[in-house]
Amino acid sequence: MTGWLMNRSLLILAALLLSAGMSACSPLGKPPADNLYQRLGGEQGIEALVYDLLVEIAADERIVERFRDVNIPRFRQGLESYICSISGGPCEYSGESMQVVHAGHGYTDVEFNALVDDLIRAMEKRQLPVATQNRLLALLAPSYRDIVYQ
Amino acid sequence: MSKATALILIKIILLNGVLALATVAHSEQDRSRLLATGGASTIEGSAGGGIVPMAVLSGYGAREEQGGTAFASHVQVPHYSLSVVGASWSWRNRLELSVAEQRLSHRPLSQLLGVNDTSIRQTVVGAKVRLAGDLIYTPLPQISLGAQYKKNYDFLIPSAAGARDDSGTDLTLSATKLLLAGVADRNLLLNGTLRYSKANQLGLVGFGGDKNNSPELLAEVSAGVFFNRHWLIGGEYRQKPDNLSFISEDDWYSAFVAWFPNRHISLVAAYVDLGEVATFRNQHGWYLSLQGAF
Repeated sequence: MTGWLMNRSLLILAALLLSAGMSACSPLGKPPADNLYQRLGGEQGIEALVYDLLVEIAADERIVERFRDVNIPRFRQGLESYICSISGGPCEYSGESMQVVHAGHGYTDVEFNALVDDLIRAMEKRQLPVATQNRLLALLAPSYRDIVYQ
Repeated sequence: MSKATALILIKIILLNGVLALATVAHSEQDRSRLLATGGASTIEGSAGGGIVPMAVLSGYGAREEQGGTAFASHVQVPHYSLSVVGASWSWRNRLELSVAEQRLSHRPLSQLLGVNDTSIRQTVVGAKVRLAGDLIYTPLPQISLGAQYKKNYDFLIPSAAGARDDSGTDLTLSATKLLLAGVADRNLLLNGTLRYSKANQLGLVGFGGDKNNSPELLAEVSAGVFFNRHWLIGGEYRQKPDNLSFISEDDWYSAFVAWFPNRHISLVAAYVDLGEVATFRNQHGWYLSLQGAF
């Protein structure tokens, strides 16, 4: 890892620590017990998962550079709220669509796969069951067409 | 286990040991496609399962990368054994080039026919192009078109059996899809391949014959379930032509377990049922294939 990559990783980690505790979801009511949101561990589980994902990204030379100008606390909160909303949790994702967020960046197939890889590592680190991992991946995979070479 | 089989197994293990060392030298993140998306190496060299190719391209190169594989496989049934070594190279998840060297051992058949030849060798050179879709990320299945040129070097027995040519080209059209959480929240792999071919027993018994000398469309399917991202359990079916009046040819079946410990090594073990092969019936047995990817 090059010097500045290391710096970049440290910056992301520092931002993570500073942003810890920011809440992504505002409770709107209790979802059914077996939905994916619950399987992911609810609000706390998703926060922990996104944290671990950012730790993986920080160590991934393939994509860490892409986060150079990203506002990490904002990214973190947006992703938490996005996962919460698509997994059937009590949140409304109020950010821009996947297409708008990623338009014009020309994200590559390598980078998309790297992110999925990092997510899988994070989910394994969280010891989420294979079934839960697959269900989340199934919800996220179609965003490929909104992200890669857009 | 016969001495010859043991020797072949040792060769396979040694070859792949070298491969493993060569490939481990690269870092884990060299190639970016997800684990198992390069499939295994079929006995004809193309990426797929064991006997049926798929639309996936070998190795783990994404659309901005390239990659390759080397493999060794062995099929053992009561009266025959088939050893295959080969390699492939894939460019930008678009084009796959492959080569496979097959050697069929048929001592019981030689004894029956009273000939000295005890093996048939064949080379398969393949090319496969991804036309559309992505295995995982698009609603459309991944669709690929392939061609396999085959050259049989020991045409004595095939010609005696009525085969017309010692070389031929198969065309394949494959559609493959991984359905995330597709069955009981496990990932489901589905593949269908149409082959246009007149190869007898892969071409090991030549091409075309007295009964039929025209290529025909043959259906092949494979399906599997990922227990987790490292273990795939599945089966295959391959329709076969029946071009020779002297010897009949049955469709093939396999049931397999594939293990993908990392992006550099995969191992496939299978039970295969080849039916009647050149006068010998009930040819069922085992299949083992080891692949190194880099």
